[in-house]
Amino acid sequence: MGAIAVDEQGLRVALPQGTRLETGWLVGGIAAALGAVVLGLWLGPVSIAPGRVFLELLDRLPAVNVDSGLSVSDRAIVWDVRAPRVILGLLVGGLLAGSGAAYQGVFRNPLADPYLLGIAAGAGLGATLAIVSGVGDGIGVIDPVPLAAFVGALVAVAAAGMLGTQRGRAGSASTLILAGVAVASFLTAVQTYVQQRNAESLRQVYSWLLGRLSTSGWGEVALLAPYALGCVVVLTMSVGALDVLAVGDDEAASLGLRPRRIRLVVLGAASLGAAAAVAVSGLIGFVGLIVPHVVRRLTGVSHRRVIPLSFLLGGAFLVLTDIVARTVQSPAELPIGVITAFIGAPFFLLILRRESVA
Amino acid sequence: MTGRATIEHGATVGVAWMGATVLRGARRVVDAVDLSVTGGSWVSLLGPNGAGKTTLVRTLAGRGLDAGTVHVGTRSLLDVSARERARLIAVVPQHPVIPPGIAVFDYVLLGRAPHQGLRFAASEEDRRRTHAVAQRLDLDDLATRTLESLSGGERQRVVLARALAQDTPVLVLDEPTTFLDVGHQLAVLELIAELRAERGLTVITTMHDLSVAGHFADTVAVMSAGRLVAHGCPAAVLTPDLIETCWGVAATTSVDGHGGVTVAVQRRRETPLSPGGARPSAPPEPSTPITLEPLR
Repeated sequence: MGAIAVDEQGLRVALPQGTRLETGWLVGGIAAALGAVVLGLWLGPVSIAPGRVFLELLDRLPAVNVDSGLSVSDRAIVWDVRAPRVILGLLVGGLLAGSGAAYQGVFRNPLADPYLLGIAAGAGLGATLAIVSGVGDGIGVIDPVPLAAFVGALVAVAAAGMLGTQRGRAGSASTLILAGVAVASFLTAVQTYVQQRNAESLRQVYSWLLGRLSTSGWGEVALLAPYALGCVVVLTMSVGALDVLAVGDDEAASLGLRPRRIRLVVLGAASLGAAAAVAVSGLIGFVGLIVPHVVRRLTGVSHRRVIPLSFLLGGAFLVLTDIVARTVQSPAELPIGVITAFIGAPFFLLILRRESVA
Repeated sequence: MTGRATIEHGATVGVAWMGATVLRGARRVVDAVDLSVTGGSWVSLLGPNGAGKTTLVRTLAGRGLDAGTVHVGTRSLLDVSARERARLIAVVPQHPVIPPGIAVFDYVLLGRAPHQGLRFAASEEDRRRTHAVAQRLDLDDLATRTLESLSGGERQRVVLARALAQDTPVLVLDEPTTFLDVGHQLAVLELIAELRAERGLTVITTMHDLSVAGHFADTVAVMSAGRLVAHGCPAAVLTPDLIETCWGVAATTSVDGHGGVTVAVQRRRETPLSPGGARPSAPPEPSTPITLEPLR
């Protein structure tokens, strides 16, 4: 039941709610993500009847026992090849879009994206070093390339954070951005130098930089899951604080917030999530920038809606683009970063145009 | 109940600066100011640009005090958390940052932030108080409009509503009338005066218009070069001598029956308005007829 207030004439009126994440938005977002997952399991170079995939999914539900009629090899394709990749796409897309929304909120700048503070450059350098040094040739259980990329990304963000900080206090938003830009250019320069000196591994480095969602079983998903969980929990807890922070540091402070601390917590969680995503998938661009924008056009500016829906729709978007990436030229695959930009940019422009006409 | 800074309605709370000093580099922007504001009164901070008015007010937001203390009621602002401070003092900034696309109700609801938990989720109590404030300031019909779509006067009321939703005993307004025409200036000031009476608010404003301060404030405090040079009722403080000293302008003042002071500033020199030197009594005839033909 909605709460009741009384207006000037003594009439009972519904008390306004204020913007929040209504159930409809949440259900819609979850439906979009689930729909993309089902499509991702169904579509691929090997054609498998959608009805059977659906039955196979039902069969996996507890207390449901149906025969999907899938052959053993088809079942393996669905569960061991497509499922890990689809779930990885969901996590990576969600993390990039969710942390992009958080970055845009913290910096109060619609052009911010998760790579603003040097994550991409740091991860790129880390991965390049791992590849050219040859440790990436697969020994042991841990693949060193994602690990090096993850460490590189976190080192870059930490460096930007410390350089953008004055006398031990977390810096203002603009000093942080400038420090991030400087760190990113520096690391990119180093990365380019290393890459040029090792022309024989150029192809491998290049393919990593363009981003891809290739998996070998559930390893990458398991690697990413804890960071994804932490990032989602912290960012969804921070939506109210981000809405207050939208009035700027001074006014937020006068409303009882500690802007620098909030910025630290939100950027920390968002960066960790984005760094983990980049480590397993390479540099997939555009998702972190445009998905939050599309969500904002749909739902309005409140982070109470933008952050959760960016997670869900970012995941759905990347799963769908990955379907395109692996089917268009099958059995060859296109780099997914190319597809996100190729589909994303015109779609984004369309939305911008519709908005300005309306 | 330790640490709770809530004040029951009706109780008034005073504000006192003691030896308040703010440095910017080696310069003392605010220099050892002792100023005590009685609970429930309205004080206007006056002074020329750069006198330190806004900096002094910002110390109430917990910013920049290098020496001295500020007390609100019995509590030193140095000892309270940001959240407690926001339950004592609400600030209406001169240039509020308006988040793009935000609706009026959501904006006013932001004022409840210091009363909310870690997640800043709005309780029914928060919404009820926000609604009551919006109703009081005639903002009901605007609740779902965006702030960008409002007029200057409406927007000023919305920002004021956010401050009132904070439910603080002290209300600070930095140049509340800067961008308003005279009609809306008067409306805002009278609204503040009414709200002060209803809620027992202590009101602290910075101002440039001496006559406005002279008519609305109980006391005026004049600052010059970071120092407090006078504090008292307008009729005693706003004298031609003091205005000459602090602002460097000649002025005449008149005091009405209620102690309101009107200040009229005189021109320093008669600048010629037309080549002839004399102020023309009627607009000059245009020497050539005005044509609206397009240029070729």
